[in-house]
Amino acid sequence: MNLLLLLVSGIFVHNFILSRFLGICPFLGVSKQIETAFGMGIAVTFVMGLASAITYVVQYTILVPYGLEYLQTIAFILVIATLVQLVEMVIKKTSPTLYEALGVYLPLITTNCAVLGVALLNIQYGYNFIESVVFGIAGALGFMLAIVLFAGIRERNELSAIPKALDGFPIALITAGLMAIAFLGFSGML
Amino acid sequence: MNTAAQILIPVGILGAMALVFGLLLAVASKIFEVKVDERVPLVRDALPGANCGGCGFPGCDACAAAIVGGTAACNACPVGGAAAAEEIAKIMGEEAIEGPRLAAMVLCQGDCEVAPRRADYYGVMDCREAVNANGGAKDCRFGCIGYGSCVKACKFDALHMSDKMLPVVNRDNCTACNQCVITCPKGVMQLVPYDHDIRVNCKNMMKGKFTRTDCSKGCIACRRCVKVCPTGAVTVADNLASIDYEKCIQCGLCVEVCPTHALTGNKKEGALEAYEKAHPEYKRPEAKPKKAPAKKPAKAEA
Repeated sequence: MNLLLLLVSGIFVHNFILSRFLGICPFLGVSKQIETAFGMGIAVTFVMGLASAITYVVQYTILVPYGLEYLQTIAFILVIATLVQLVEMVIKKTSPTLYEALGVYLPLITTNCAVLGVALLNIQYGYNFIESVVFGIAGALGFMLAIVLFAGIRERNELSAIPKALDGFPIALITAGLMAIAFLGFSGML
Repeated sequence: MNTAAQILIPVGILGAMALVFGLLLAVASKIFEVKVDERVPLVRDALPGANCGGCGFPGCDACAAAIVGGTAACNACPVGGAAAAEEIAKIMGEEAIEGPRLAAMVLCQGDCEVAPRRADYYGVMDCREAVNANGGAKDCRFGCIGYGSCVKACKFDALHMSDKMLPVVNRDNCTACNQCVITCPKGVMQLVPYDHDIRVNCKNMMKGKFTRTDCSKGCIACRRCVKVCPTGAVTVADNLASIDYEKCIQCGLCVEVCPTHALTGNKKEGALEAYEKAHPEYKRPEAKPKKAPAKKPAKAEA
């Protein structure tokens, strides 16, 4: 029950993008097409799930015993950077099209604050291993949901008659804001 | 714990972590190594790099990979033409295969003067959008919509819109990349041999009577061109004439007889005479005395 609650909270109520405002860079950058947005979502899901698991292990087997909690951020960034490199290699090997489509944003997951955010929040909330992984995956799924919905809206925006002054990024930012307001509606659930 | 240890232990631990991760990545890079045929980048360099998609692949990289992989021919790139094909053939160690040079053509003369409109269109000024709104605003449902999607699709500055809302092809710039042909929702754009000028400038498949109301320059399928053609290159099917570019000798007889000027193009001088020499049994159709122009001035006087 607790895990289910974590899942719902991660995806909807405390959505990483629309409620915590983490990971905005890829949210605005890779959301022009649903297909690439979905690919980005998958990549982030993979990295965030693995990152929460590995950072948990790093925190409680290396950092805590040696009293190095203050090095959390650096150590976690190290883990995440390695993971992103690994994901990049795997995607390049298995799906060149996805690799091309993600382009510069794949290495940018390294500095995606949602990934570091989930690792730090896991420790802050005192989750155990399973909870950490579930929270990481839930957060990533929330990220994917938000970015795919956003990409769908932006695809339609392309075809609409939008005032010149708002065309392009301005309307995208307004859309993101409205989506965040809409997601506020979930806050009553928990 | 003294100060030295306080500094050295974190440094050591983080250093060790970095070392482990680094080794892990080194191993992974061996496992997930993507082997690239060394000819691919070479072929890629020989291609124009416009990523226009004219070859049917998503871009020049994909085309290069297909050529090296053997699924595409050395002359797969219509844009690079003979020069690129030759260079690629050198890399691949094959003989270059040359095809005829093609160029795009607009098969419609329905500009805003000859083709009446049945509606006003207010929407995205894009043919592919406008075609969803009841097939465009012109009476003719087969012809050019006139919002210039083909011009936007052209990456080589070979197409521009005339003031009468029809695209005009600059054949010298055209690379036959096929993008305008794919883009046009009406199929008005077509690739034809570069040196061929005579064509049926209409796509209207309605019966002549309806074509006439749609456009004053439409093909009404009167078959005069079929009768006059010495080589049988012109045929009429579905109320629309069409020319077989392989049979056509560009004598221009069909253009002369076409009552609506749906057939256009400059004839090749001497083409008919050469055909007559080669085929002694061929008789040139007798020119009928034109009655209509003689009558008209008389009416005007009365």
